[in-house]
Amino acid sequence: MTWGLREVSVTRGRKQAIADVTVPVDPARITVLIGGDGAGKSTCLEVLAGLLEPCSGTVFRPPKELIGYVPATAGFYADLTVQENLDFSASAYRLSGREYTAKAAELLEKTGLGPARRRLGGQLSGGMQRKLAVGMALLHTPGLLILDEPTTGVDPLSRAELWRLISGAAAAGTAVAASTTYVNEAARAAWVVLLEAGKAAANASPAQILKDVPGALGTATGSARPTPLSWRRGASWRVWAPDGRLPDGTQPVRPDFEDAVVTATLASERGR
Amino acid sequence: MDALAEARQATRRFGQITAVDAVSLSVRRGEILGLLGANGAGKTTLIRLLLGLLSPSRGVIRLFGEPVTIATRRRVGYVPQTLGLYAGLTVTENWNFTAAAFRTRRGGPLPGSIAAWRKDVVGDLPLGVQRQVAFAVALSHQPELLVLDEPTSGTGPLASARLWEGIREATDAGAGALVTTHNMEEAEQCDRLVIMADGKVVAEGTADEITAGRTVTGILARDWSGAFALLDAGGVAVELHGTVLRTGAPPALVAQLLSGAGIDATVETIPASLEEAFAAIVAAPDEVTALAAPATGQSPR
Repeated sequence: MTWGLREVSVTRGRKQAIADVTVPVDPARITVLIGGDGAGKSTCLEVLAGLLEPCSGTVFRPPKELIGYVPATAGFYADLTVQENLDFSASAYRLSGREYTAKAAELLEKTGLGPARRRLGGQLSGGMQRKLAVGMALLHTPGLLILDEPTTGVDPLSRAELWRLISGAAAAGTAVAASTTYVNEAARAAWVVLLEAGKAAANASPAQILKDVPGALGTATGSARPTPLSWRRGASWRVWAPDGRLPDGTQPVRPDFEDAVVTATLASERGR
Repeated sequence: MDALAEARQATRRFGQITAVDAVSLSVRRGEILGLLGANGAGKTTLIRLLLGLLSPSRGVIRLFGEPVTIATRRRVGYVPQTLGLYAGLTVTENWNFTAAAFRTRRGGPLPGSIAAWRKDVVGDLPLGVQRQVAFAVALSHQPELLVLDEPTSGTGPLASARLWEGIREATDAGAGALVTTHNMEEAEQCDRLVIMADGKVVAEGTADEITAGRTVTGILARDWSGAFALLDAGGVAVELHGTVLRTGAPPALVAQLLSGAGIDATVETIPASLEEAFAAIVAAPDEVTALAAPATGQSPR
């Protein structure tokens, strides 16, 4: 790996926030950290960004001026206009006038924020605020872009625009580490780290995670939960048999990525 | 009476703005209806109309076949995105407060799903647990209709599956549910979907019906980053899936742009995901035209 975490642990107070987590982040690749609230996603990203010291493990990151970081909340100034936010970011990164003008124009066009240039950050919609924050982090063409839940709560159209912006950075060579709670965003990544209670429950490409589902998966109907390792999928149930022996009345199904993520989380939960 | 909640040609205006425009829909007993739309599509206004928090400028709203009153509203369980819990109170205190508000028996036992946190202050709990608590509290008075705004936002995949188990349990027992969501996996959990744009219903049906016949263009190129940069700069909205590109632009246009730039690629037509179908449905017709703009020499939007 070029950038990332190797076997990093962080203890916050008496609580272990993450334990032996490895997160590979490579140029022109998107690594996605997926997991629920409190799984350790933000801790991993804060360590990668250099905002938090790990208790153990190794962190690989470029010099600070080559990092772009967007925290889960804000990442822009609510009392400044869109243009002022970009200006501020440019001066913080000491961009030259010409470099800045070209890049800012490109970002305003790509984010669709051009017409909102004179509006205050705090008055933008949630989706536009996230686009502004990501745009500010991309202004200095970082080698490593770190995004903490850039799309949570954002509507599907703005989410697609945000991912286009992020993918564009990756296509231009930036290494991207982003966290999400949406399974379909993880399915699109080059590498996925599934976090559950501070541990990596899966750490591979989406295709590999899909291949690694142990045992058998089936589907069943009815309102009663078929086995303890079952969960709802639409009107029917998914039934997971780690030993490969599905109970009677279940039809085997080929797992999709969502199933793979749920089985890996269940397996990790059982191992605790 | 099959329709638990019903809007018939319901319109709501705010000054010059028509937030909900002649919308008809119904939530039936035993079903989960998903309501999708971009921000500003009119979902929240529609829900406020159905809950009787707003009255329609035109058209009819019915709850359980009657005009909305305090009595009909009492038969609804509502979980807003902000959860509607008192963050400074414990789980038990929240539970008892709601019971008192709905005049159900005070101090009934907490359901097993949240009993473990009964003494915890709600604001100190992880979001996934807070969502479980809000959901259990909303179900405490055995509502016949559940209205859930982004029920699993911010929770992990397994926690989401567990919340959905609770929603299904309620609808299996005969309740109906209206769920708004931005999450397409969550939308696929629903029995039926209604898509809104600009205050109107623009599509309706099961997830399979909505995606049926819709396709996108898949692009497999060794130089995927070059292909992405070229199409992106050409105004073609491209998505990156690993190293495969997907776009709603027609394959002929994509192939032409790529070969024009000397990029070797396999371009094929593939079935659209629900998210892609949604984007195509809510996009304005002129935006679809704009995608073809580079070929005709007009500048893209």
